[in-house]
Amino acid sequence: MTMRKGEPIIEVEGLVTRFGDHVVHENLDLTVKRGEVIGIVGGSGTGKSVLLRTILGLKKPDAGRIRVFGLDLAEMPEQERRVHERRWGVLFQDGALFSSLTVAQNIQVPYREHLQLSQALMDELAAVKIAMVGLKPEAAGLYPSELSGGMRKRAGLARALALDPEILFLDEPTAGLDPIGAAAFDELIDDLKETLGLTVFLVTHDLDTLYATCDRIAVLAEKRVILIGTIDDMLLSRHPWVHEYFHGRRARAAFAGK
Amino acid sequence: MRNSAGREAGAAPRASCETGVDGQTLHIVAAGDWSIVHLDPVDRQLRALLAAPPSVRRAEIDLAAIDRFDTAGACVLARTAALLRDKGLTVDLKNMSEAQRILIDKIDAGGMPEPVRHLSEPLYIQVTARVGEAVRAIGEEAMGMLGFVGAVVATIGRTIVHPRRLRVVPFVHHMEKAGFDALPLVCLLTFLIGAVVAQQGAVQLRQFGAEVFTVNLIAIIFLREVGLLLTAIIVAGRSGSAFTAEIGSMKMREEIDAMRTLGLDPMDMLVVPRVLALIVALPLLTFVANIMGLIGGGVVVQLMLDMSPGVYIQRVQEAVGFWTFGVGIVKAPFMAATIALVGCRAGMSVTGSAESVGAQTTRSVVRSIFLVIVLDALFAMFFTAVDI
Repeated sequence: MTMRKGEPIIEVEGLVTRFGDHVVHENLDLTVKRGEVIGIVGGSGTGKSVLLRTILGLKKPDAGRIRVFGLDLAEMPEQERRVHERRWGVLFQDGALFSSLTVAQNIQVPYREHLQLSQALMDELAAVKIAMVGLKPEAAGLYPSELSGGMRKRAGLARALALDPEILFLDEPTAGLDPIGAAAFDELIDDLKETLGLTVFLVTHDLDTLYATCDRIAVLAEKRVILIGTIDDMLLSRHPWVHEYFHGRRARAAFAGK
Repeated sequence: MRNSAGREAGAAPRASCETGVDGQTLHIVAAGDWSIVHLDPVDRQLRALLAAPPSVRRAEIDLAAIDRFDTAGACVLARTAALLRDKGLTVDLKNMSEAQRILIDKIDAGGMPEPVRHLSEPLYIQVTARVGEAVRAIGEEAMGMLGFVGAVVATIGRTIVHPRRLRVVPFVHHMEKAGFDALPLVCLLTFLIGAVVAQQGAVQLRQFGAEVFTVNLIAIIFLREVGLLLTAIIVAGRSGSAFTAEIGSMKMREEIDAMRTLGLDPMDMLVVPRVLALIVALPLLTFVANIMGLIGGGVVVQLMLDMSPGVYIQRVQEAVGFWTFGVGIVKAPFMAATIALVGCRAGMSVTGSAESVGAQTTRSVVRSIFLVIVLDALFAMFFTAVDI
């Protein structure tokens, strides 16, 4: 590993994004450290997903600088950027699996496209990833339309993990899962972080997930990150929205007994 | 007996693996970058080794020189160790770091999973199975289509009893999209085909000195067959496919389920307006197509045979009776119903995936063109039997 734990792995400086006249982010700063799980929270429409898409380069920032792995990917030639893009994995909200491929084939897409591996090794690796995200081996041969929502998320995660990424981006990973499935997912993320040394960038509304897995939490409001810190920092905050979020009825229920 | 792989040129230390036998012990020394990017040669080497293992009792795998390691590397190591154990060897993993141990344990914990199998039956079974599957699908589709036609007829029946159930706005909208918007294409194509038929006919008939009968040829062939067939095929390609794709994507996004839960009947909302719109639009389009075909023929006849438009019109009137025109136009609503029903039914059969929308759209166009031509042949037999 070329970088050590604790170094900044994602640096966002002075980010501005707009849709027409609508300003989503204004002078947004955010630093994510290697090896941590960071949770991004914020009300609906505060641009959490937009921030994620901007870091991934799916949306162009209108101003500001984004460095991932210490590199400014936007400035790089296409070819070189592709190489670095393989160093992250993304789980989209509904898995975004390719509907014409089975789960195993979905996981093997990056192997096929980027590497030259024997079919036998690809099959083994697919089986390992499927087991790793807690899917049954039978799921390998199923098509996305044959999977439940929770299974699609797990399969999407398996695909995101295919190339052993350094950063994992998760967009609302537990939304739409039953509480047991969501808790298992939290545990899975924790596990993966421990064993693979992943950095996890997590957009979520799930207070349990925040509590269970996140090392730090960043609150998006007023077009920027208004607060970043541990869960205890959140609980002490005087900001009305943050207070409401972490002391509301649902929050009290989530934190009760923890 | 020493082998190594992966030590090709290149600054970065590639994955490598040295194997050697020393007395009763098989030594495997792993080194370098054991991440997925460089792993393939090592994997092949280890597979080859396991296919013909040396006859020893112990195996020692030394991990000290590995400087990068990921799940893929762990997977290859875990598998190699497991297979060696299966062959009755005692396996030692030496100099394993803590991180490596965690990774390997993680993979071993679920038991080394069975690799994903790709089903492949022998060819004759595949062929037989596909034929059988196709036959079964035809039967099922025929029954499904019959049920669908019944449901649509019942809905249309209810619409006739309660005319207020008819969705006037979608009906008119589909008339415009399937009928009016198709006019330029239909006009151009039938004009050109009319001209081509006239030109070819005139050349052939001239050999018998019967070129004046070119007019009969054009008039009869267009009014009875070609005008309608061309229009129907164009409409099947334009509108049949659109019906399938529209209804199919609504089905995929659960809009149709949403309609049902809101107490709306998708038959009423989506299918009946399309079917009725096409039943009205296709005869009108056919009429225009006939006229354009006759005009195309007339232009060629004037150029090649020096026949003035007045004479041409008179000759056309002599050549055709009411039923020459009637035969063509009577068939139109039936073909329209076929195209619309096949299109809507294919849309309703779409399942969850984007691919299925494409497959159903293709199927809808192919099937409706096929049925249009079969229907035309049946009508030809019928009209011959009743002597029209």
